[in-house]
Amino acid sequence: MHELSIVESVVEAVTETAAAYPGARVKSVKLRVGVLAAVVEDSLQFCWGLATDGTVLAGAALVVNSVPVVVHCAACSRDAEIEGVQSFRCPNCGEPAAELRRGRELEIESIEIEEPDADSEPVSQPVSESAGST
Amino acid sequence: MTTRIVELRRGILKKNDELAAVLRERYARTGVLVFNLVSSPGTGKTAFLELTLRRLTEHGAKAAALVGDLETDNDARRLAASGAPVRQINTHGICHLDAEMIGKHLDAWSGVELEGLDYLFIENVGNLVCPSSYDLGEKIRVALLSVTEGEDKPLKYPTLFNSADAAAITKIDIAEPCGFDRELALHNIREIRTGIRIFETSAKTGAGIDEWLAYLEEQRAAHSA
Repeated sequence: MHELSIVESVVEAVTETAAAYPGARVKSVKLRVGVLAAVVEDSLQFCWGLATDGTVLAGAALVVNSVPVVVHCAACSRDAEIEGVQSFRCPNCGEPAAELRRGRELEIESIEIEEPDADSEPVSQPVSESAGST
Repeated sequence: MTTRIVELRRGILKKNDELAAVLRERYARTGVLVFNLVSSPGTGKTAFLELTLRRLTEHGAKAAALVGDLETDNDARRLAASGAPVRQINTHGICHLDAEMIGKHLDAWSGVELEGLDYLFIENVGNLVCPSSYDLGEKIRVALLSVTEGEDKPLKYPTLFNSADAAAITKIDIAEPCGFDRELALHNIREIRTGIRIFETSAKTGAGIDEWLAYLEEQRAAHSA
């Protein structure tokens, strides 16, 4: 839920970051979303289109990397990825695992920007269809 | 034209996280132990909290409560009968409390200073989905479920139950007529969050409340060092 307010936060953060690269165009934004963050990618994509329309980010792609749950097993002394979110146990030994290393993320990992070469014109407002693909 | 990647590694609910960190620091500085009670609508958070506040106040502990609902101040009025200071937060449609709301209400709460409190209970809006994402700066998040809701509740809402520090099964006085499978419910809670403290209570009969109050005291002692 709240994918629209999440997307609005992303737009704000990316716009702020991109301002440090005058003349550049944002091609794509990569998010890391843990499966326990309870965020629906389809909704994010839908809201992204709405929120970026008419802004400097219009046409930028949103790439969502889903992060599975990784637990730390005290018995095995190592980290292991678990399948699903119904049983938080070490997949190797079956012991319950209290510590989560990954799976709750909701972050902007990086942005991909296109900068004009030093001696060329700044990149204009994008109209490219290809920028919308995942 | 050249393409480059700019790394951000920046949390998205950043504004709430920042405000929650400020609250957390404020609670630590003023020595108040803060709880965030989360459950579905109708689980019995208010009745559970009402009895908790009554018992704490009777024992001379200084407890207060912030209660969130979309509309009405019914819960605040019920809780105020305990003798503890209580303040209603109406969200008018927002399905969860957030750190900004908590901060604003704490600032506006005349007659209540965190320094004078042992405990602050925040009763969240009835919702097992969205509150899991909104840190209120609490020390202890309690997930409640009642015997009428089914033993698989934790499996249906793993994000929330996995984020909880304690759980309470409420309305145990009607467990039998509901055909509630206690062992299965305990198993499911532990599958989602191993090691979690689980309380089984009835606000109607008072069953299990002593253990819960002992936990409050134990946590207060542990965190005031």
